[in-house]
Amino acid sequence: MDILYFAWVRERIGLPHERFETRATTVSGLIDELRTREERYAAAFADLSALRVALDQELSDFDASLTGVREVAFFPPMTGG
Amino acid sequence: MRVSVQDEVFDFGKEAEAFTQGNKNMGAIVTFTGVVRDADQGGLVAMEIEHYPGMTHKALSEIAQTAVDRWSLGDALVIHRYGRLVPGEQIMMVATAARHRMQAFEAAEFLMDYLKSRAPFWKKEVLEDGSADWVAARDEDENALTRW
Repeated sequence: MDILYFAWVRERIGLPHERFETRATTVSGLIDELRTREERYAAAFADLSALRVALDQELSDFDASLTGVREVAFFPPMTGG
Repeated sequence: MRVSVQDEVFDFGKEAEAFTQGNKNMGAIVTFTGVVRDADQGGLVAMEIEHYPGMTHKALSEIAQTAVDRWSLGDALVIHRYGRLVPGEQIMMVATAARHRMQAFEAAEFLMDYLKSRAPFWKKEVLEDGSADWVAARDEDENALTRW
């Protein structure tokens, strides 16, 4: 699947986009996998209350299923307007 | 209803005039525009606005459509910029057209509240000393959604 990062999440991980094949079935499972990859991922995903997730461009939750999902995006709370 | 996500400058006056002319059967037009202000202590050089291209237009359209349906608007307009903006530049505008002013005002406030917390934009402030910080979301912006 495609994983996208925005704002400080992008800066902390060091890239805006990557392809990642996961065995996880939920967003939190995916986050657990990413955390174990490298320190920069562990740092970015240290505090989930500071993060939001979108699945296929729709806001979602950390316990949501990844079945059929093609694009996951992680970012901080939005600051539009 | 029109939603535009763009890096170009927009002309607030022309947009407001065109919107008004396009809604002559509506008695109330409300417009709001957000401007990059200098930081409280001064020293803001630029505001860099990042967005999620695949999601932004869709999210804004859903928010605008909700406003149109809920307040029976004749029309709604949302323009939101991204990229590097300097103090004094307009970031975004909304316009609502309704039969009466209460609907137009409320719908515009609803649009603004949802744009702040549910549209995928992130702002970074670049200061004179070269430092740059992401603007943190404020609890009161999130709490503002509960009134709707």
